[in-house]
Amino acid sequence: MTVLATPDKTGSGFPLGFDAILDPSPLQYLDEHGALSGALRDDAPELDPKELLATWRAMVIGRRFDVQATTMVRQGRLAVYPSSFGQEACEIGAILALRPTDWFFPTYRDCVSMVTRGIDPVETLTLLRGDWHCGYDPQHWRTAPQCTPLATQAPHATGVALAAKLAGDATVALAFCGDGGTSEGDFHEALNFAAVYQAPAIFFVQNNQYAISVPLAKQTHAAALAHKAVGYGMAGVRVDGNDVIAVRRAVSEAAERARAGQGPTLIEAVTYRMQAHTNADDATRYRDESEVEYWKARDPLARLETYLKASGLLTEDVVAEANQAAEELAADMRTRLGEEPEVDHRDMFAHVYAEPTPQLLEQAAALQAEIDAESEAGR
Amino acid sequence: MTATLDGAKTQGAEVREISLAQAVNRALRDAMTADEKVVVFGEDVGVLGGVFRVTDGLTRDFGENRCFDTPLAEAGIMGTAIGMAMYGFRPVVEMQFDAFSYPAFEQIASHLAKMRNRTRGRLPLPVVVRVPYGGGIGGVEHHSDSSEGYFVSTPGLHVVTPATVSDAYTLLRAAIESDDPVIFMEPKRLYWSKDQLTTSGPEIGKAAVRRQGTDATLIAYGPTVQTALEAAEAGAAEGYDLEVVDLRSLVPFDDETVTASVRKTGRAVVIHEAVGFGGTGAEIAARVSERCFHWLEAPVRRVTGFDIPYPPPKLERHHLPSVDRILDAVASLQWEDR
Repeated sequence: MTVLATPDKTGSGFPLGFDAILDPSPLQYLDEHGALSGALRDDAPELDPKELLATWRAMVIGRRFDVQATTMVRQGRLAVYPSSFGQEACEIGAILALRPTDWFFPTYRDCVSMVTRGIDPVETLTLLRGDWHCGYDPQHWRTAPQCTPLATQAPHATGVALAAKLAGDATVALAFCGDGGTSEGDFHEALNFAAVYQAPAIFFVQNNQYAISVPLAKQTHAAALAHKAVGYGMAGVRVDGNDVIAVRRAVSEAAERARAGQGPTLIEAVTYRMQAHTNADDATRYRDESEVEYWKARDPLARLETYLKASGLLTEDVVAEANQAAEELAADMRTRLGEEPEVDHRDMFAHVYAEPTPQLLEQAAALQAEIDAESEAGR
Repeated sequence: MTATLDGAKTQGAEVREISLAQAVNRALRDAMTADEKVVVFGEDVGVLGGVFRVTDGLTRDFGENRCFDTPLAEAGIMGTAIGMAMYGFRPVVEMQFDAFSYPAFEQIASHLAKMRNRTRGRLPLPVVVRVPYGGGIGGVEHHSDSSEGYFVSTPGLHVVTPATVSDAYTLLRAAIESDDPVIFMEPKRLYWSKDQLTTSGPEIGKAAVRRQGTDATLIAYGPTVQTALEAAEAGAAEGYDLEVVDLRSLVPFDDETVTASVRKTGRAVVIHEAVGFGGTGAEIAARVSERCFHWLEAPVRRVTGFDIPYPPPKLERHHLPSVDRILDAVASLQWEDR
């Protein structure tokens, strides 16, 4: 059997059709007023009450995590924190559509996704706190280390997806990147490889309108980032990135296609970065307050909440339980991130190679002698 | 499928000489036979068998899921290999020509080299990157660079470079078995050199003394080992008894063998094709000076390529370290009794 087959350009690899890809209006099921829109039937699986409440609860907790982390960077407990406030529909909707066995490739802005995956908040923030480059076990969580260069993790997702396909596993690999990341060469090489090999990969672009200070109009001349899928011969979808139902559905369908051997999908989720790039950035220098207000009215959490309240699903008990869980998580973050992290200088040399080189052993011994001398001198 | 080397040997078939390129091919075959997680991919490595025929017949014999052509994109090749290694495969990728590896350099420096470190050892990347390197084959620009310096100064990578047929086989087998990424620098002008093959060899990190001598040590690797041996022969006619050390592995570096040799001879010349300024030879000269200062009769000399972009083919003979240039360096090592 040849797994590395040429994609069938006339077959079901393009269930949406090129017309759908080229339509720049985003897929939406829940409008900004919290009312159902689009073509969702009332019995659509996305509207399963249990699933909707679980999604909402994850968004409440995710937002509390984000707010707490932002506070802790102001307190000097984190070196830096790139907020994803306002992007919860993407962060959470995409992750909840994956299986635990699927691989996830996050960027530095995707802590909320990682917490939603189940990773401990302190392990999630290890990179940004500065005690090590990655705090969790990537194999256990099927989650790559957060990537700080832009889009360089996208080819890794292609590699994992290709490997899973060759191994005959039903694993899907999903890589996040931002609108800025779509300008990088690695983004394009990743998409092209994935399409050529029909690898079960999903490339999820959170188009939050700015790459630090540079707006989308200076990032691309394309009418939509999802259009880039056409050039690679893969499915492309543009979704309302503040509509968690649409995001969840788009990723579920992409994962289904990938598992069915129908290749990769590019998803562009149109959203907005409510906070500055990081605490070191001054967003007032490059964008108007009126623009922020416009997006505030499209908040993904409020939107789902309005819908759930109108449907009578959001009872006081449900709200109280979620709020309590969110506050417990925040309290736990304050306690544990308030402690001075333990760092071991020997780690610097221990994980460069499986066996340290003789040169590294010499340097480690020299540093140890220095530290021993300092401690003997009582410094 | 072609018989493995060991199988062939029992049939007494290994008396014939094979080329260095064939030895690399044999190592790939034997590694692919031994471990189904070993996959080979890159530009033109499939049906064509590589532009140097190093991967000849692998797709035919192992199928296109084990050896396959990629789109023409080195960062994509490198990044895909990283992802496949994350999923438990052992990819061996080809960078076709030295300077073609530059588009992949971000993947190599930012991810391949650092993934083990970033994840505290939880995500090792057993990837081998084959880089045919160096000049002397009349290639046009971007086909003759010696790019080892970039890799050598990137912690997390092993960098090895064979100079003999047997080392090409044994070091590549060791590289594929390594749980760390290995940059496997293949001296392309030695691809057609022939010898009998020995399949047992050293672990990565051991240098070899190719020629014993007492007057000075010529420290070389890859393509310049042959030049150094020729210089040693020519030097003998001029009364120099020269020792030749073949480093084989640049990272880890075999200080022990190099130090022992230079302490014995008291003089050293480092030879490589890459530019001298900030090059690997500068590091080697510094290490030798630090360890052998009291044994040295003269400063450590370097014979390297000039500090220029690799010249056009009609000029490369002036750029590459030559027997004459090596012997001039030897002659300058402050011999009071000559």
